[in-house]
Amino acid sequence: MAGAVPVWTAQKRPRERGGRQEAAVATLGYVRRNPSLLVGSLFLLALLLFVVVGYLTVDPSEASPLSVRSLQPPSADLPFGSDKQGRNLYAVMVVGTPLTLRIGLFAGLLGVGLGASLAFVAGYYGGHVDNVIKAIVDVGLTIPGLLILIIIGMKAREGLSVNQMALVVGALAWLYPARTIRSQVITLKQRGYVQIARLSGMGGPEVIVRELLPNLLPYLGASLVGSVSAAVLASIGLEVLGLGPFEAPTLGMTLYWVNYNAAIVNGWWWWWVPPIVVIAVLFVGLFLVAVGLDEVANPRVRNRV
Amino acid sequence: MTADYVAKRFGMFLVIVWLAATVNFFLPRIGGQDPVREKLIQQAAIGGNVQAGLEDMVAEYDAKFGLNTPLWRQYVAYVADMARFDFNYSIANYPRRVLDMIGEALPWTVGLLLTTTLFSWVIGGLLGAFLGWPRSPKFLQFLMPPLLALNAIPFFLLGLVLIYVLAFRLRLFPLSGGYTAGSFPALTPAFIGNVLSHSVLPALSIVLVSIGGWALGMRAMIVTTQGEDYVTYADAKGLKGRTIFLRYAVRNALLPQTTALALVLGQLISGAVLVEVIFSYPGIGTVLYKAIRGSDFYLVQGIVFILIVAIGVATFALDLLYPLLDPRISYRRA
Repeated sequence: MAGAVPVWTAQKRPRERGGRQEAAVATLGYVRRNPSLLVGSLFLLALLLFVVVGYLTVDPSEASPLSVRSLQPPSADLPFGSDKQGRNLYAVMVVGTPLTLRIGLFAGLLGVGLGASLAFVAGYYGGHVDNVIKAIVDVGLTIPGLLILIIIGMKAREGLSVNQMALVVGALAWLYPARTIRSQVITLKQRGYVQIARLSGMGGPEVIVRELLPNLLPYLGASLVGSVSAAVLASIGLEVLGLGPFEAPTLGMTLYWVNYNAAIVNGWWWWWVPPIVVIAVLFVGLFLVAVGLDEVANPRVRNRV
Repeated sequence: MTADYVAKRFGMFLVIVWLAATVNFFLPRIGGQDPVREKLIQQAAIGGNVQAGLEDMVAEYDAKFGLNTPLWRQYVAYVADMARFDFNYSIANYPRRVLDMIGEALPWTVGLLLTTTLFSWVIGGLLGAFLGWPRSPKFLQFLMPPLLALNAIPFFLLGLVLIYVLAFRLRLFPLSGGYTAGSFPALTPAFIGNVLSHSVLPALSIVLVSIGGWALGMRAMIVTTQGEDYVTYADAKGLKGRTIFLRYAVRNALLPQTTALALVLGQLISGAVLVEVIFSYPGIGTVLYKAIRGSDFYLVQGIVFILIVAIGVATFALDLLYPLLDPRISYRRA
């Protein structure tokens, strides 16, 4: 996602006379004018920092049950307290945040990769291929993904593992990118430089890779961030419903245990505040970065938010 | 042409329903074995689990599905059952029928979702329209950051915070459930008030989050319409600001908002399921949660099917309404 900014810079300053330094200054100046991108990236960086510092200061193995005394409120030893099964909640957050992000990132990459490939083929070639892909996407988007995921999740007796979860969520994550990227490809296809490339004898795959893809990179970036966010949401949903990896301390599983043990009405506030804060920061950060990248990709929507 | 359009949309609806049934049938069988039969036998082996009618059930399923007949024959029988909304018996609550259990829970979910969706669509749309219009009061702009932040957060996350603050700390609203346990459901003012006070928090967590999304979408559209020639023309013609706002900007911005309504429905259902679980609200979501925990396969399948059909119906209805809103697209598209 960070790679999208220099692409914009390159478009805006085609001559690159001032070299790297000037490009960096321009990027910084742009980021200042695009506060959503800036604030969003800061949110995500803060989470990353938390995880890195966490791994240096706490033993990750304390994220498993029976490692500390149970139901302790926050103290010097246990900054976030502990849960009913004796997990150190600080360790749980430090281990769980990257696990949840891994599910989101893997599923998001799978979704955008698959979706973009189909979108390029459908949008560029049109005709029957386009009709078939468009119909599948239209019908697929009407059906709530979570319900399909629930049916799949029911098959796994002991809950899905983290990697299975990423794969399953990713299997449905391509529908939305396929639709939005396809419409971008269709508008881009009409541009003069694409027409010229075609007239000068460039083949379909070459036009897609050399003309369409580079110009859609910022858009693909925004699409990826959106997909990651949707995948994280879907995985947390599955986990809260009790179909997640029971042995892994992901953010969603922590919320499952919170709900299962009625932590809120028992007054164990330290149990549910950290996961809620981390998830909120993650979603707001991803959302702001997506909005910011949208502005980069499509200057006409600038000042939308 | 009109009949053509309606027929096409209806065909789409049928495809969605058929797909829902097919997915429901094949996904659980991917591994090669029939999880239903496996589950029944497993439960029979455990015995003792107050499963008095289980032997009857196994026998009934064997006869009904012909579990030893070819897969395609089972599939045909299954689709025929689905078409008649016959979801068979709940495994965990035998001999209750799945359809009855869904029928009990559905009004709760529909009531909650219908009111919150329409309410937040209207309020969010209005708010967004004012936010995007340059001549509206400046203080409104302060609403943007909180709206943005709320919009990004999942429903149930806000629900957890609301339970803690408004129900557990301040004791303004009940903690969970659809009505006070032990009270007798009846159409009396007292009971209706009881139900309403239980619905406030689940509704609030859906409304607060979705208002932000609708407001952002509407604001973006209003900002776009301002650049359009017809708005400039209306302004040059000397039309009143109010008229330009309502008849030119809002009217045109309304279309994408309506399209989005259809798309959002699917996500809304998923989100609302979790809200119900968090609040133990007696709707479909809570039944689904209990079914998952009890490995009640038929109940899960029935709920998934019903929800997809409901969304299909809503999409179909919106498709039919859409040309009324926008005379330009009318029914022309073949």
